[in-house]
Order: sequence, then C-alpha cells, then structure tokens
Amino acid sequence: MSTPGPLRVVNSHVVVFRRFWRLNVLSSFVQPMLYLLGLGVGVGALVDRNAGSTDTLGGVPYVAFVAPGVIVTTAMTIGALESMWPVMGGLRWRREYHGMAATPLGATDIVLGHGIWMAVRAGVAAAAVGVALALFDDTRSWGLLPAIVVAMFVGIAFAMPTMAYSIGAEMDGAFAALQRFVIIPLFLFGGAFYPLSQLPEAVQWIARAFPLWHGVVVARGFTTDHGAPIDWVAVAGHLGYVALWAVVGTVVAVRRLERRLYP
Amino acid sequence: MSSVASPASAAAPSSPEPLIVARGLTKSFDGFEAVKGIDLEVRPGEFFGFLGPNGAGKSSTMRMIACVSPVSSGTLRLFGLDPARDGARIRARIGVVPQLDTLDTELSVQENLWIYGRFFDLPRSECRRRATELLEFAQLSDRADSVVEHLSGGMKRRLSIARSLINDPELLLLDEPTTGLDPQARHVLWERLYRLKQQGVTQVLTTHYMDEAEQLCDRLVVMDQGRIVAEGSPRELIDRYSTREVLELRFAAGTNDQHGALLAGIGDKQEVLPDRVLVYADDGEAALSEAHHRGARPESALVRRSSLEDVFLQLTGRSLVD
Repeated sequence: MSTPGPLRVVNSHVVVFRRFWRLNVLSSFVQPMLYLLGLGVGVGALVDRNAGSTDTLGGVPYVAFVAPGVIVTTAMTIGALESMWPVMGGLRWRREYHGMAATPLGATDIVLGHGIWMAVRAGVAAAAVGVALALFDDTRSWGLLPAIVVAMFVGIAFAMPTMAYSIGAEMDGAFAALQRFVIIPLFLFGGAFYPLSQLPEAVQWIARAFPLWHGVVVARGFTTDHGAPIDWVAVAGHLGYVALWAVVGTVVAVRRLERRLYP
Repeated sequence: MSSVASPASAAAPSSPEPLIVARGLTKSFDGFEAVKGIDLEVRPGEFFGFLGPNGAGKSSTMRMIACVSPVSSGTLRLFGLDPARDGARIRARIGVVPQLDTLDTELSVQENLWIYGRFFDLPRSECRRRATELLEFAQLSDRADSVVEHLSGGMKRRLSIARSLINDPELLLLDEPTTGLDPQARHVLWERLYRLKQQGVTQVLTTHYMDEAEQLCDRLVVMDQGRIVAEGSPRELIDRYSTREVLELRFAAGTNDQHGALLAGIGDKQEVLPDRVLVYADDGEAALSEAHHRGARPESALVRRSSLEDVFLQLTGRSLVD
C-alpha cells in the first residue's frame, strides 16, 4: 500500500523535528505561559477589582477570558512563524524542496505536507497550553478540548497564506514586515486579550477580516460558561471563514511553488 | 552492491530501445532561448555527456530530462514516456545529482538517505537496508551518524550520489558533479561513477571539464549557445576536429600576437590565446623545431596530446573554462 505523497513529506518534517524538538516545544510553551501569568494574574487582578469589567467580559474572571485567546494566538504564531524562514529555506538555503521535486513528489504534496505538519505543530502547542490551563480552577474546562481543535485550524489558516507569501518573497526581510504589520498587530488588537468592542469601529473590521478573531470567539464560547447555549450556526460561520483562509492560502501556495520548482 | 545494478544491465542487447529521445527540443525563459532545438538519443548502459561552457544550455537540457522543467517545444521521451504527462512516474525511475546540493545539512548522513527513500515510498526497512549498502558504496559508512554540515565537499557530493541511487534508478543524471572539488575528491568520485557504469546504470553527465568528459563518457555532445555543435566519442571528436598533438608555447607577456604571426604556417593551425600560443600539428616535436628554426624563443614549450578542450576551441573559437 502506498503512502500518500503529503505524508511522505510530513515524515521528513518529523525526522528534522526529532533533532530540535526539545528547544522547539519548550519555547512554544514558555511564551504563552508568560503571557498567561503576566496578563491573567497581573493585569487580571486589576481588571477583576474593577466592578464594571465583569459585564464586558461576560461575567468571567479575566484569566478565564484571556485563556482561549492565549491558546489561539499560540497556534497563530506557530503557524505563521514556521511558514516563514523554514519555507524560504526549503526553496533557497537548505533547498530540500528542490530535492523533493526531483522525486515522484510534486508541489501539491509539499504544500499539503506542510499544512498537515503545521496542524500537528499548532495542535501540539495549543494542547500544551491547554494542559497548563487545566491545572487552575478558574480556567479548567472540558471546553479546552474543542478550543485546542479550533486553535489548530487557526494555525493552518495562518500557515498556508504565510507559506504562499514566503514562496513569493525575495528576501527574508519580508518576514519582519509580515510580523510587524500583521502578526503583532493581530496579537494586540485581534480580540484575544480584550473584547473587540473596546476598539474603534474601523479597527474592529480589520480584525474581523483575519481568521484570528473568529477562532478566539469560537474557542471562548467553548471554554467560558456564559449562561447561553452555543450558537452552532455562528460557530460554523466563523470556522468556515477560518477554513476559507486555509484553502485560499493552499491554492495560491501550490500554484506559486509549482512555478518555482518546475520553471 | 548488486542492488545498484539496474534493469538496464539486463536489457543490453545489440540495438536496445533508446532510454532518452529528444527531437527539436527547446527551452525558453521569458523570451530568452536557453536551448535552441537539440536532437539526441541515449541508449541503455551508455555514459553520455554534455560538454560546454557555462551558459551553453547543458543544465537547462538536463532539467528537462529530469522532468523538473517543462519542455518549451519539440519532443522528449524517457522510457518511452512523456514528461508532460508522466513526470512523476519518470522521476520514480531516475536518480538526480543536482548541481547544487539539496541535502538536509542539519540531519545526519543516514537520515538524509532514509527520508529520501521515503519520498519514493520505499518501505522503512528497505530504506535502512539500502542506506547501509549505499553508504558503503559511497565510502561513508563510518560517517553514517555525522551531521551533513560537518562533511567535506567531496563527501557531500558522494552522499548526493548515494542518495540519488536510493530508488535503484535505471538512469542517473549528474549535473556538474565535480565542480568545486579538489583533484583527489574528483578522482574518488570518478572511480565510483565508473563502477556504476560497470553495473549497467545509464548515466548522463554535464561538465565543463574536458578531462572529466574524456575519462567518463562513451559518447558526448558539445554544446555552445543552446545548440549541439558536435557529437561523438571523445576519441572521434579529437580525431575529427583536432590534430594528434598540440604544441603549447608561452612567450613574454604581450608578445603572443607577434609570435603567432611568426609561427604562421607551422602545423595545421595556430591559436593565439591570452596566455599562450597553440600550434596544432600531428608531430608536435617537428613543429617545435620549426618554431626554433624561425627564431621563436618561447619561455616554455610543451608537446601534448589533443584533448576535448582543443575540440571545443576549434569548434567555437573560445575556451571551455575562462
């Protein structure tokens, strides 16, 4: 029985990852923990003391409000970062994509393999944060499980368009721009750490255009008990929009990679 | 290493079907025509070469044969299959040693072979077994666990060749395999390639080193500016386009042109290069005495056999490596 091409590509990612997993897992876990402690405990103490905030946050402690935001932004960061330098390296430095292109594998296998691998990486990182959140009373919830799955989808929704961008990029300076003008602003203004309603209308619409906010809203619906049943139609709408980013990113990435590998 | 012996060795009757057939093959990039209509056939078991300077169109041709670059016009068939339709199927049956290494330098020698074997969907156990065999073939067994980054240039090239053999290819494509290697590493590599030839693996090589082409190729084409300008065995080409011997004379700087005039008429032909004057003659020693007789006082004089370098010079008026 033959192994599908994308899984053969995933296998090579696993072999590479085996060498660096300790550092990798540690750093993708430590950073969200720092945010969680700094924001949840530090800022949370201030926020929760302010009586008015419980209305805005839907009546939950600040740390519980922030928790799904940390899970989903962790997946976003992994998906985006791991689709910048590693993709450019595959084409320009280590050139392993060219090695693969000389085998029966093609651009579609490489892109789909990358997507699956990003799902695994984002899922594992989100799960690690989820495990930590399950240790505390304020954040412990069965809703963490579906929230991790949502985070994984957001990871792919950022990974695939970023991959398409990296395949087309001429220099790695392009990545600093992507981080400064997209990833960091989304992190700060994407609805992860406070409700979007706190922001001017125009900024809210920009945030809604990206997949992050949709993922955070759905994840938060699962992890926090807001007294109302989950609106599954809204969930499907949000996730559909997240999936749209992943699909468009994949299609563009395949087309661009095909042109680069088989000129 | 029995497993490297390909089906090609078994299928070597007197007039076998060609493995590669190209007719009127061209390759254009954004209006620039890198390959301008070439015809060729490569038969099973043959060691075939593309000789030419940088920019002659060798690598573009090679990339079309490797099915990683679509044909612009003309026809190309490998194993009777069309790369445009069956690219992946053809790639499954060939091995490629690219001009630039595409090894994963952060992984070990062994890991590189394993993951590459998996790209061809070889079972894990098979990958391991073949990796062990190929490392022995590439004389890298003792470096199996070394990270590729720490290998010498020659070792990396040998690993690239070992990796290209992981799928037991019927056809091996080598794009300038020894460029940048020191002479000793080149000889080790040549010896390994010769061994593969003896095992019946069909090989196609590009090079701008005439000694490499002379050493390895049964038959070769000389390419220049996207066209094939000559074809034959190294010996045939030398016989056809050059004289038996060449007299190389070095004169004081800046006096080559004037000496070229002085030597006019000696041998079949003279060639004035920036650093030396070449006299093509069947008897080099006789040409040298005639030069002395005419009053030429070279700083050094050397009589040597003709080489492919001379063939190229005769065909194009330029040297292979400038």
